Amino acid sequence: MTDAFAAPQFLAAGDGAMVVQFGAVIDPAVNARVTALAEALRGAAIDGVIDLVPTFRSLMIHYDPLRVGHMALRDHVIAGLSVSGTRAARRRAWVVPCCYEGDHAPDLAAVAAGTGLSPAEVVARHTAASLDVYMMGFMPGFPYMAKLPPELQVPRLDSPRVRVPIRSVSIAAEICVVYALETPGGLSLIGRTPVPFFDLGRAPPVLMESGDQVRFEAISPADYDLLEGDYAAHRKTLDYTWVDVA
Amino acid sequence: MTGLRVIAGGLQTTVQDFGRPHVQHLGIPASGAMDRTALRLANRLVGNDEAAAALEIRVLGPTLEVTADSARVALTGSRTPLEIVGEGTVADHRSVCLTRGQRLRVPALGDGALAYLAVEGGFDLPPVYDSLATFGRAGLGGLAGRALAEGDDLPLALASVESRVEQALAKPDYLDQSGPIRVVLGPQDDFFTAESLARFWASDFTVSSAVDRMGMRLDGPAFDHRGGHDIVSDGIALGAIQVPGNGQPIILLADHQTTGGYPKVGTVIGADIGRLSRLRPGAELAFEEVSVTEGEAAARTAEGEVQALFRRIAPAGAALDLARLADSNLISGVVSATPGDDGLSSAPLGR
Repeated sequence: MTDAFAAPQFLAAGDGAMVVQFGAVIDPAVNARVTALAEALRGAAIDGVIDLVPTFRSLMIHYDPLRVGHMALRDHVIAGLSVSGTRAARRRAWVVPCCYEGDHAPDLAAVAAGTGLSPAEVVARHTAASLDVYMMGFMPGFPYMAKLPPELQVPRLDSPRVRVPIRSVSIAAEICVVYALETPGGLSLIGRTPVPFFDLGRAPPVLMESGDQVRFEAISPADYDLLEGDYAAHRKTLDYTWVDVA
Repeated sequence: MTGLRVIAGGLQTTVQDFGRPHVQHLGIPASGAMDRTALRLANRLVGNDEAAAALEIRVLGPTLEVTADSARVALTGSRTPLEIVGEGTVADHRSVCLTRGQRLRVPALGDGALAYLAVEGGFDLPPVYDSLATFGRAGLGGLAGRALAEGDDLPLALASVESRVEQALAKPDYLDQSGPIRVVLGPQDDFFTAESLARFWASDFTVSSAVDRMGMRLDGPAFDHRGGHDIVSDGIALGAIQVPGNGQPIILLADHQTTGGYPKVGTVIGADIGRLSRLRPGAELAFEEVSVTEGEAAARTAEGEVQALFRRIAPAGAALDLARLADSNLISGVVSATPGDDGLSSAPLGR
C-alpha cells in the first residue's frame, strides 16, 4: 500500500535546496521517515545546511552552495538514513480548545450533510481523533494535521473563500489545518480556536512544530469569548505535555 | 526618537536584510532582500556589516527627512541618483552624510524595479526570528510589519555619525548582467510534457504586471501538464517555477510560501535571482537549463564577482561644501573636474 520502506529519491530544487522524497502520498509511515531524517540531519549539524523542512512525504534541505554541495549533502542524507530508524523518544502533545458552534463553524452543517453524520457526531469524531502535525506550512504557524478518520473526510470546497477568519479549524480529505492567519482558503471550516497559532507578542510566535500530537476539545461560545480575550491579552498560554513514543 | 521621518513612503519600501531562511520549517517565509548583491554593496558603502538591514525600494522611492543629528546613507541596485531635496543630487553607489532637517528623495527608478538604501549603523527595530526583514502578509518584522507610510518614524541605531571620507563604487556593472536566466530542472519536471519543456527553453517570456515580493507571473507559452496539476504539498525553494492548472509559470521570490501543492518544473539558480528580481513588468526574459553542479559553480563565480565589486569600493574624493557649491552654481563644473569619480553627479558632501 505504501512505498514507506523504499529508498528515497533525491530531487533537484536548484542550487540552494534539495528534496529527499519518500513517497507521493499522505501516510504515517512515510511522514515518520521524513521526520526521522530531519531529526538525524539536525543532530548532525552539517555546515552549510540552512534549514530542514519536513513535509507530508519529503524533506526539503535548504543549503548554502558556497559551504556545502549537493553531492556531499547526499552522502550526509545516506548516513542519516542509516541512523534515523528511531524517532525522538518523546513528543509534545497539545489539547486545543475549539468552539464548534454558530458563526465559528460555518461549514459544519455542510460537512455533516456530506458525511451522513449529525453535526454532533462530526464534533465527536473530530474531538476523538488523535492527530499528528505532519508538516508546518505554507504561511507562519499553519499546522497540517493528519489523519482524520475516513468517516470525517470531505473534499475541498468548490470555490475557496477569499478570507478565512483567523484561527479557523478546517478539514479536507484526511487533513486538518488551523488557519494561523487570515488568508484565502479552500477547506471546510468546522470550528474556531481562541488560541493564537501565530502571535508576535509571544515567544516563540509559532505555537506548533512538525511531529507534535494534537487533540481538540469542544468549548462553548461563552468560553470561547472568555478565552479569546485571555489569550489576546497574554493572560493565558496554552501548554503542552510530553508524551513517550512507543 | 530620532532617525528618519517618512515624508512619503514610495510604492513599496520595506526593511530587508538576509531574511529568516532558518525557520521555514515553521511555515515562516524566508523573506529578505531580493537583490542581495545590491544590499551588500549598500551596507559596505556606509561601513555596515553586509548583512545589516536596509530599505528595499520598489520602482518609486520614498522621501525621508533626517531627524537624527546626522546619518550616512548610500543607494544601490539602480543607476538612479539620490535627490537631496532643494539642494541637488548625489550619485547612486556612493555614501553621503546628511544632517538633521535635510530631506532625501529616491525618485522613480530609471532602470530596474529595485533599489536599496542603507543607513550607517542600521535601524533600531526588534528582530523577529533573528531578522528585521519585513513580511507584510503576516505583519512580521521591519517597521510594524509593513511598508513605510507617510508619518512613520524609522528609528536608527546611531543618533549621529562621524565625519569621514565617503566611499563610492565607480562602475556598478553588476547591473548590466544579461543573458538567459539559468534554471535547474525539477523537482517536478516529470509532470510536464516533453513538448512544453522544449517550448520553455526555446521561448521568450514577458514579466507580467502580477509581480511582487512573493512571485513573478510570466506571460508566454503555457505548460501542458502530463496528468494532474496537484501534488501532495512539498517544500518550495527560492526561485521555484511553479505551474498551476492554467499552465502559466510563476517564479517564486523572496516572500514565497514555504510549501505548496502545485508542481514546480524547475528552479532559478541563486546567482540569477538578483537580476531576475530587478526586472520590471514588460521586461523580456528567456531561460537556459543548467545542472545542479553548474548552478553551484555559478554561485561561486557570482560570489567572486561580488568580492571584486567590494574591492573596487574607493574613497569618493574630497569632501566639498554642499551649500557653497549650490550657491556658486559650480555643480556641473565640479563634476567634470573630478575625473574618475562618476559617483558624484552634483553636489557632494561630507558635511
